[in-house]
Amino acid sequence: MSSPRTAVRQYWVAVRAMLIFTAVLGIGYTAAITGIGQLVLPVQSNGSTVKVDNQVVGSNLIGQSFTDKKGKALPQWFQSRPSAAGTGYDASASSGSNYGPENKDLIAAIKERKAAIAKLDGVSPARIPADAVTASGSGLDPDISPTYALEQVNRVATTRGLSEASVRSLVDAQIQAPELGYLGQSTVNVLDLNIALANLKG
Amino acid sequence: MTVLFGILQILTLVVILALIHRPLGDYMARVYTSGKNLKVERMFYRLIGVDSASEQSWRSYLRSVLVFSLVGVLFVYAIQRAQAVLPYSLGFPAIPQGLSFNTAVSFVTNTDWQSYSPDVTMGYTVQLAGLVVQNFVSAAVGIAVAITLVRGFARRNSGTIGNFWVDLTRGVLRLLLPGAIIASIVLIIGGVIQNFNGFTDVTTITGATQHLPGGPVASQEAIKEFGTNGGGFFNVNSAHPFENPTAWTNLFEIVLMLAIPFSLPRTFGRMVGDSRQGRAILAVMASIFAVSLTALTLFEALGGGTATSLAGAAMEGKEDRFGIWGSTLFATSTTLTSTGAVNSMHDSFTSLGGMMTLLNMMLGEIAPGGTGSGLYGMLILAVITVFIAGLLVGRTPEYLGKKIGPREIKLASIYILITPTLALAGTALSFAIPAVRADVEKTSIWNPGLHGLSEVLYAFTSAANNNGSAFAGLTANTPWFNTALGVVMVFGRFLPIVFVLALAGSLARQEKIPATTGTLPTYRPQFVGLLIGVAVIVTALTYFPVLALGPLAEGLH
Repeated sequence: MSSPRTAVRQYWVAVRAMLIFTAVLGIGYTAAITGIGQLVLPVQSNGSTVKVDNQVVGSNLIGQSFTDKKGKALPQWFQSRPSAAGTGYDASASSGSNYGPENKDLIAAIKERKAAIAKLDGVSPARIPADAVTASGSGLDPDISPTYALEQVNRVATTRGLSEASVRSLVDAQIQAPELGYLGQSTVNVLDLNIALANLKG
Repeated sequence: MTVLFGILQILTLVVILALIHRPLGDYMARVYTSGKNLKVERMFYRLIGVDSASEQSWRSYLRSVLVFSLVGVLFVYAIQRAQAVLPYSLGFPAIPQGLSFNTAVSFVTNTDWQSYSPDVTMGYTVQLAGLVVQNFVSAAVGIAVAITLVRGFARRNSGTIGNFWVDLTRGVLRLLLPGAIIASIVLIIGGVIQNFNGFTDVTTITGATQHLPGGPVASQEAIKEFGTNGGGFFNVNSAHPFENPTAWTNLFEIVLMLAIPFSLPRTFGRMVGDSRQGRAILAVMASIFAVSLTALTLFEALGGGTATSLAGAAMEGKEDRFGIWGSTLFATSTTLTSTGAVNSMHDSFTSLGGMMTLLNMMLGEIAPGGTGSGLYGMLILAVITVFIAGLLVGRTPEYLGKKIGPREIKLASIYILITPTLALAGTALSFAIPAVRADVEKTSIWNPGLHGLSEVLYAFTSAANNNGSAFAGLTANTPWFNTALGVVMVFGRFLPIVFVLALAGSLARQEKIPATTGTLPTYRPQFVGLLIGVAVIVTALTYFPVLALGPLAEGLH
């Protein structure tokens, strides 16, 4: 077996190796990637922010809630999915609900959400898709399914005094097909949709 | 359409892996057998004081692994404790002792279990100087250990199995760092952020305020997947749009976590001088992966359970941009490797779907497993398989020209027992000690009833197998879980490594015996089938009772 001296030597080797690795892999590597990102791809590196009238109003990637301060849905905006991040779409506290498939609280929440959406949108509960009544994994899902977007058209159009056809064609234009035609599923980015909606006349 | 698209996505993954596993496997074989050092490596060896030409016995190699890992734990622990005075702490205080211990152990053991929510705990300096560094080196340690076992089979009459410092350095500099740099840039193109902006307050179009987070995320995300680490920059890991913004980054991250583990069998084949042996191992890994993915996807797509049926689909805890198929492909990949990153909340999966993620880890993460740990886990099972086959036909078992004698079979058997013992004992103790049980039930468990048992079982299975994913409803930042999971992670990582290195040493010392007509060919479909059988039977027998108490009971209820 080893003498005490070789044992101590091993520790010295390890400490020196760790110091160099920390400098190169921790600091050097991160700094280099940050430099490349900021110089070559500044939009993505800084969070793909969206501007309206030169003011940043959010990120294209991070979902938002379109509710009043009490969390009640604002009927003039397309609604996002339910969220378990903080009090809803809190981007500084991402979280899923982590409710299991038999959890009583989840079962009650889904029933409640279904009833609330059916009432708000004046649709039969059968028309409400799954993503409208379930919280996403991140609590920050920026998207809803085209089905959920189309299901809200009537309410949004009525509230805003717009024609249903114009709102529907707005939604159709905002549907993003799966990437490369088959990766993932069709989605509608709620922030993009609502910004387009704000500009819609007639 | 969903089904067709889902299958096309899987086929795309298969094609990509089929294209890269040979060049990457061959490249790794060259990295770990080359006699030449790069200039920068020679400089590094001089600085740390290592003679790169001198080889180590298995005991000496083990000592280096343990010393390096212990120093790693102390480093990460110290950095967390000092967070208050470090730059870019985002105003977060020093991390408490128990949590610092758990996190340090977690990242050094390639587990990356997170008892904390990074969004509200970790500043940038801890993440990059502590966690990112371990993302690289813990992966390199895993590969190094696997390579020594391959050398054990490849060498004859050798008292040494390689030089740890050389294997570690080459793994980092020639494999992981270049891969991570390319992957980071690809991820930024996809929308993953890379900045030091901290939180930015924006006023939304409804007049509300949103605090958008910043951070050097892409650089961490890349090595998190490529080194099968799995520790997220954000609480929700790869479900977070800033970690995984689109369906194609999702597929790319899956490729990253599977690339090295699925290529190592090729490396193995090359190094033992018989590519057919590598193909057999790859076939075993791929078969188990295919069956497991099919089962999980079926369970989630069919969607059992009260809440799921009520909602209409298993979308609780899943992102719209990935859908069910993108979520199950990620979940299978992350639990069949030692990654543990998640893009959907496993706690909210259907009961039987959640059971599949558990079962994947219980298989010992061998299909394809973690960087290095997957290959050595599978080779241990191959040793057990030739032994069982030898018993059946009454011949002395041998594998790749090495006799599998009493010493070898003892080492392999003990290896197999370690993780189940840790996972089951940890779960059992959580409920057997009255004071602990009260705390576990009151503080930690989130979902009541059978699902609560699954949460605890998942935590210990994840820790023992160094996976790091969770049924994340469980509140693990308690004295019991921080300590118990920390201890389980240490034993779950390093005890198996002791036996692998001992086995490597014992095999390297042997002469090679020539194959005869009585030798069991270990490259034919017959052996592939046998090895799959052994892997499944060993797991099923060990874990069936506890699965019956948790997810199985819930799913069949």
